[in-house]
Amino acid sequence: MTGDILGFLFGPLKEIWEFPIFFVEVVIGGLLTGVMYSLVALGFVLIFKASGVFNFAQGAMVLCAALSFVGFQELGAPIWLALILTLATMLLMAMAIERLVLRPLVNQPAIILFMATIGITFFIDGLFQTIWGSDIKRMDVGIPKEPMEFGGVLVNTFDIVAALVAGTLVATLAFFFQSTRIGRALRAVADDHQAAQSVGIPLRTIWVIVWAVAGLVALVAGIMWGSKLGVQFSLALIALKALPVLILGGFTSIPGAIIGGLIIGVGEKVAEVYWAPGIGGGIEDWFAYILALVFLMFRPQGLFGEKIIERV
Amino acid sequence: MFYRESGQFKSAYAADQAMFPILQDRIGMAVILAVAFVGVPMVANDYFLSTLLIPFLIFALAAIGLNILTGYCGQLSLGTGGFMACGAFAAYKLATALPEMNIVVVFLLSGFVSAAVGVVFGVPSLRIKGFYLAVATLAAQFFLIWLFTKVPWFVNYSASGVISAPPRDVFGFYVTGIEATAEAKYIFCLSFVAVLALVAKNLVRGRVGRAWMAIRDMDIAAEIIGIKPLQTKLLAFAVSSFYCGVAGALWAFIYTSSVEALAFDINRSFQILFMIIIGGLGSILGSFLGAAFIVLLPIFLNVVPTAIGVPLSTAMIAHMEFMIFGALIIFFLIVEPHGLARLWQLGKEKLRLWPFPH
Repeated sequence: MTGDILGFLFGPLKEIWEFPIFFVEVVIGGLLTGVMYSLVALGFVLIFKASGVFNFAQGAMVLCAALSFVGFQELGAPIWLALILTLATMLLMAMAIERLVLRPLVNQPAIILFMATIGITFFIDGLFQTIWGSDIKRMDVGIPKEPMEFGGVLVNTFDIVAALVAGTLVATLAFFFQSTRIGRALRAVADDHQAAQSVGIPLRTIWVIVWAVAGLVALVAGIMWGSKLGVQFSLALIALKALPVLILGGFTSIPGAIIGGLIIGVGEKVAEVYWAPGIGGGIEDWFAYILALVFLMFRPQGLFGEKIIERV
Repeated sequence: MFYRESGQFKSAYAADQAMFPILQDRIGMAVILAVAFVGVPMVANDYFLSTLLIPFLIFALAAIGLNILTGYCGQLSLGTGGFMACGAFAAYKLATALPEMNIVVVFLLSGFVSAAVGVVFGVPSLRIKGFYLAVATLAAQFFLIWLFTKVPWFVNYSASGVISAPPRDVFGFYVTGIEATAEAKYIFCLSFVAVLALVAKNLVRGRVGRAWMAIRDMDIAAEIIGIKPLQTKLLAFAVSSFYCGVAGALWAFIYTSSVEALAFDINRSFQILFMIIIGGLGSILGSFLGAAFIVLLPIFLNVVPTAIGVPLSTAMIAHMEFMIFGALIIFFLIVEPHGLARLWQLGKEKLRLWPFPH
């Protein structure tokens, strides 16, 4: 019995030692999947930072963006036009959410807002599937999917492109937050709603902008995930994959979302490849959560979250 | 005019602290119980009992469980489905391993099993708070469901992974299995729910409930006045999981008559969370109102379009259901963030003055 357990725990280590190249491949595969998780987690972080709302609808927004993008293309729009139209849709959605949901719920406790975003999830899931239909759609934006070889390690080209896109997105967001007037306003709102308002920052406009930016991030995530898996309802469920990334990295930190995504991606892949066969497989559903849970036991605010200071 | 406590004097503290201090409330409660236990089984048909009332009762029980944890103790949990599955599978293992054991004992024991599991997953709540905890409880949800799907021991090595509940009787009446009548199932569920709801009501009124609410309102302040956060939070997790576990066992044995892990997926957790938010956080009555609302809503959405003659495709109906459901939740949150229980309270206030304006 003990031998079995030891074999289960340490057998894969021997395997790693014997085939290091394969291990490197697994790790790189994990890192690149992690980037995809980060893309979704980013949207959560943006909204949480700026309005303290834990936006459960991010996954649904990814689905909606991807559905609209494919839908506009099917209507005959070229890629650039479809992109613009989808962006316009996301902007409209941001404005509608601010006007119809957030404004009436101002000053309510966080759990109420969280529930409201679950309501939004249901609503836009239903709405966009009514408009665009619920069939599985193929999305092709011309990203090659052939594997490439780097020094004996096989890597999927698509994943590299995804990583580059994510990198560009994060760099743009960082620039936007650090160096533009609106970005400064956003950070001010994130710091303290009342103080920001008192120096003349329009809270409502800021919220629309934040939700629109989250919509943009959702569009990018939707295009990447959509071309990887096809556009279908299950896209909305990747939000559940992003949640452990989020708590691992901290709700309020953009670098946290990236690093958290990478850790979860690698941890999940390695566990799935080496340890899962020993216990029946299919562990990707919960492994990320348990991993995040263990991290949280030591750092309750996530890796990069704001330190929790409690006063009485 | 009728709902007024004037003239009802209390001469003892016990009378003043009673669960229903007003005579009209006591009469109302007695009438509701009498109707539920005697009237409903006499008039309701099988369909009504087994597709509406039994799920309503089971959901209400699960909602009470979650309400204890989230509404009273302030620990947001998304793992309800996992704990319900725990109760269902514990009940199945117990019922098949010890066939001569009374089914009531089996259900209670399975509640204790899921209480133990709840305590394990409640340990992180000592360090993790708020939404971090909510996401952490998802670990319980996904891990438990995975465990019950993957480990064949839990389903007694049945090939399909879906098993039917074994027939068991109470006082000679079958309450589970195919021989059980809808009336027997209903009465059995109702007794369970009534007793456990009474226990819950008394728990939250007493010392334990006050400790929970103190932790909910401000945990540091609660700690300073001498409430031990460790015991209090873990007790809330245990009691909550007990209720969810019993609800899960009832669900599998009485409602669906089959034990399968997929019935307790993440959507179930959200469903029950909706119930307590719409019904009212921190209210036992709210758990019942919320459960009724969530059980009735899809039926209502199904019936209305056909009734007013709007022909819709099934896919369309499914999507419309989603939309209306989402919109209604947002609407309710905006109109009354404290839930249906609060509306009931306001209604009672109005009733005391009626028909006079002041």
